[in-house]
Amino acid sequence: MTLSRMTLAAALLGATALGAQAQTLRIGLQEDPDILDPDQSRTFVGRIVYASLCDKLVDITPELEIIPQLATEWSWNDDNTELTMQLREGVTFHDGTPFDAEAVAANIDRSQNLEESRRKSELTSITGVEVLGEHEIRFDLDAPDATLLAQFADRAGMMISPTAAEEAGADFGLEPICSGPFSFVERVAQDRIVLEAFPEYWNAEEILVDGVTYLPIPDTTVRLANLQSGDLDMIERMSATDMAQAESDGSITVERATSLGYDGITFNVGNGDRADNPFGADGELLRQALSASIDREALSQVVFNGVTTPGNQQYSPESPFYAEDYPVPERDVERARALLAEAGYEDGVTLEVQAPNDTDSMQVIQVIQAMASEAGIDISITSKEFATMLSDQTAGDYTASLVGWSGRVDPDGNIHQFMTTDGGINDSGYSNPEIDRLLDEARQSNDTAERQALYAEARGILNEDLPIVYLWHDTWLWAISDRVQGFVPYPDGMIRLEGVSLEED
Amino acid sequence: MLSFILRRLIIAIPTIILISIFVFALQKLLPGDPVLAMAGEERDPATIEYLREKYRLNDPIPIQYLTWVGNALRGDLGISLRTNQPVLELIGQKLPVTIQLAAMAMIFALAIGIPAGIVSAIRKGTIVDYVANVVALSGLSIPNFWLGIMLILLVSVKWQLLPASGYVPFDEDPLRSIQVMIMPAFVLGTALAATLMRHTRSAMLSVLTSDYVRTARAKGLSERRVILKHAFRNALTPIVTLSALLFGELIAGAVLTEQIFTVPGFGKLIVDAVFNRDYAVVQGIVLVTAVGFIAMNLLADIAYVLLNPRLRKQ
Repeated sequence: MTLSRMTLAAALLGATALGAQAQTLRIGLQEDPDILDPDQSRTFVGRIVYASLCDKLVDITPELEIIPQLATEWSWNDDNTELTMQLREGVTFHDGTPFDAEAVAANIDRSQNLEESRRKSELTSITGVEVLGEHEIRFDLDAPDATLLAQFADRAGMMISPTAAEEAGADFGLEPICSGPFSFVERVAQDRIVLEAFPEYWNAEEILVDGVTYLPIPDTTVRLANLQSGDLDMIERMSATDMAQAESDGSITVERATSLGYDGITFNVGNGDRADNPFGADGELLRQALSASIDREALSQVVFNGVTTPGNQQYSPESPFYAEDYPVPERDVERARALLAEAGYEDGVTLEVQAPNDTDSMQVIQVIQAMASEAGIDISITSKEFATMLSDQTAGDYTASLVGWSGRVDPDGNIHQFMTTDGGINDSGYSNPEIDRLLDEARQSNDTAERQALYAEARGILNEDLPIVYLWHDTWLWAISDRVQGFVPYPDGMIRLEGVSLEED
Repeated sequence: MLSFILRRLIIAIPTIILISIFVFALQKLLPGDPVLAMAGEERDPATIEYLREKYRLNDPIPIQYLTWVGNALRGDLGISLRTNQPVLELIGQKLPVTIQLAAMAMIFALAIGIPAGIVSAIRKGTIVDYVANVVALSGLSIPNFWLGIMLILLVSVKWQLLPASGYVPFDEDPLRSIQVMIMPAFVLGTALAATLMRHTRSAMLSVLTSDYVRTARAKGLSERRVILKHAFRNALTPIVTLSALLFGELIAGAVLTEQIFTVPGFGKLIVDAVFNRDYAVVQGIVLVTAVGFIAMNLLADIAYVLLNPRLRKQ
């Protein structure tokens, strides 16, 4: 009794001493990142930490233009099979190892050949790496690859210290050493990742805080509460439903950016026996009917408070690669019924959709269920935990799946691997030689106008076939304390700390 | 006494083996593929195959189990599929967190539950008794997650008295460590306090009507002495049993409480590990929890013997 009374008293006395440590930015993350090794990691949230920890060869602007980071300039040869890069001089890794062309070569080698590497598929086009000088390097490609620079703007382009990588091997992620603005201090799993400003950073004058601590807090309400109580300075992926609460707090600003990804319904049209269903192989009329029955704008309003962007293509209407000839369709129940009749299902048809068992997904699929029923499509919902859903989807053990994609900087990353016959994540089992040709060609061209035309042509075909019915594009929401200045939202959802400052309490 | 402890320890071994087999089998029954979860959004078949080999997931399940047992006996509980950290190291990191949470929750539970139980037994049928019962029932029926969120909104956001969530190691900053843990410990403690209060009350009630209490009163002892020295000490045996059993409930409750308050302890570790199909971590935690549970029960048995001299002779 006395003990607990003392504890309480001590706690209340000490409560006045609360408050964030001066000049250390505290950022609330939605999940705990996986292993902190750019070659091995696979989570979105891990990339948020890398944005402060590991510099890349190139970076992007909020408008998705590729700009220099560790590479200062680059050029292609005439047939786009050789990329020569000039590297930044005077850069060192956090362990003092100098950054040079040899280091880049070692990094590419590791990404391509480390057994555990998850970057292999991103760098398949590179067949050779030639060190031309201390700060000059050439990549030889087997065929033109328009996606390569975008890959270099992400994990495949992150440079880690070759000395540390050599020593630690596959365990590099336990104590990552890169060349970014902040260096690794410590990580307590599920609790925090602590980084401190790297004094020898090449762009140190842009770094205005002494350190940054990432705290994984999965519950969105609790994450926001931490921001409101001053325990955090910033949170990422705030829930759309918390918008009102955040905006009513006078000391919080909400920043947003439309994501590069998409959400929609993927149909099994050729992945194993279960493709044999009314909506599967040869079920394009029914898939069109379902698409026509959905009011995408209402879906966005009802479930996401209007925060998301309604969509019908693999990238959002804001993207330069969005095919303008195929705008987001209005809801048309009459047309849906007509399509059903044309397919021979005047009396209605049943569709089983698997969906992840989180709140948002369940609401989405229930709203769709209600909309589709008005057109005569009876949706039965199978809710699954995400890991299970994914493995069923890969195995072809599904008819339709409510699933999304986090998105890639280059348009190829949102479509090629899903829709080409041999695509690595073609869970739909879709196969169309014409699409294969168009998407392969688009991948090999460095000309934006030509690529736009190819993607538009592919969209024309896919809009009829609809192996994926696209529904909406998420919006990244960051809630930020007014103590924080200078944050710029990016469509890739990352938090770049260049120019971000923190007022002391 | 020593042979008693030894006997209990020997009985514990098959229990632990059975639990580990059960959990291992249960995990294998879970749908979802850990390697697929690890392979990332772009699922390269060669990497998937390599990972299966590396973590020996292609072996028959009994072989996988025996490999695990063999390694565990040598003190190697494997590594986390998600972060590559050794499981033993993860457990080492998390155990002190949950022990601190459980200990503080237990302090809350004992400090609230036992006095409330004694008082409502003494004042049986009065308004005090009713109030205590209503409070106890509320403690039992209010869900942890609701109470937790309400406390965060009130104490942290509105009054800004305590940090909303997180964890600070005790040896780093004891004061702040206790501050962050007050709310989660309180939430976890209240449900237990209610149970403890109800049991203390009924144990006290039956003891208070016994002959020796009447004798003690007849001797002219002060009421305070009668209750604390004669009645309460005898009522303690069932309460001690209950406290030991509540350890299991504490760990189970910690799973939820740690999620709400983002306390990086055992409960959070196991939930995340199950979602990520991080087999080695789940298995390691269950082993440690089972050993802990058995140890607590053993301690309770020893405590009986110390509390009740009659058991010592047997």
